[in-house]
Amino acid sequence: MEFLVSPLTLNHFLVVAAVLFTLGAMGIFLNRKNIIVILMCVELILLAVNINFVSFAVSLGDLHGQIFTLFVLTVAAAEAAIGLAILVVYFRNRDSVSVADLNLLKG
Amino acid sequence: MPATLIFYLFATVLILAALMVISARNPVHAVLFLILCFFNAAGLFVLQGAEFLAMLLVIVYVGAVAVLFLFVVMMLDIDFKQLRQGFVRYLPLGALVGAVLLIEIGMMAVHWPTMAGAAAQTPAPAALGNAEAIGAVLYTKYWLPFQVAGLVLLVAMVGAICLTLRDRGQVVRQNVSVQMNRKRSDVIEIKKVPTGQGISDGGMA
Repeated sequence: MEFLVSPLTLNHFLVVAAVLFTLGAMGIFLNRKNIIVILMCVELILLAVNINFVSFAVSLGDLHGQIFTLFVLTVAAAEAAIGLAILVVYFRNRDSVSVADLNLLKG
Repeated sequence: MPATLIFYLFATVLILAALMVISARNPVHAVLFLILCFFNAAGLFVLQGAEFLAMLLVIVYVGAVAVLFLFVVMMLDIDFKQLRQGFVRYLPLGALVGAVLLIEIGMMAVHWPTMAGAAAQTPAPAALGNAEAIGAVLYTKYWLPFQVAGLVLLVAMVGAICLTLRDRGQVVRQNVSVQMNRKRSDVIEIKKVPTGQGISDGGMA
């Protein structure tokens, strides 16, 4: 159990972010029937990116990363709002939230 | 070292909650696990000394985005059973993509050129706290991106309202030009009523 008492390094946080990113990408493939969960997976991926940014910022002693995290947060909030608005309109028109039914533009 | 123990606690709960987000049967549960994810990520941020971003994560994500998700999930009348179809079918593909991604990230991590010697472009002022340091940089060096970020949020708000605004066709609206063009002769008819007979038809009918 030596790893429990070793001092924290940058790699600890990078591994967590990498696993979180992978889980988010997997979630997009697994939940093909539900756009809401896909949007949540995008949020997970952005969270992993944020963890990476903050970890590097703290490790390098540079504020750049933390400031950029702020902007990522802003864009993520805007993306969630627009995505959910599109979802609501889509559900109103098609009575479904499945990706498979997204073929209105096929012609 | 207690910090390492706390890190493992937060990291484990974060990963497990993320796992539950992508595999929960009920989307409402998925949103609640997403909130747990955000709280644990905020914990990791605090552990690294980025308190301001941790608070921002709790306020913006848990307070706004997650509640928005919860609101939409509860508003839409979704058949939950039908949603789960295809989960098993896509499991091999999802696992493959996940494995490939992890291997790629791992390979990149091995060959990562070290940046430890590079000078920080925006070094954090030692005398200031985290929030104060971010503010000092954000409102001076990054004032233009900050304004653009506000613009992005404004456009998102207007876009969301425009998309979801629905005209049900039952709304009576004021048409000023029609009102102004109304003639007295169009709407009023003057009739001479004979004494003692009244109006039998027309007129007020």
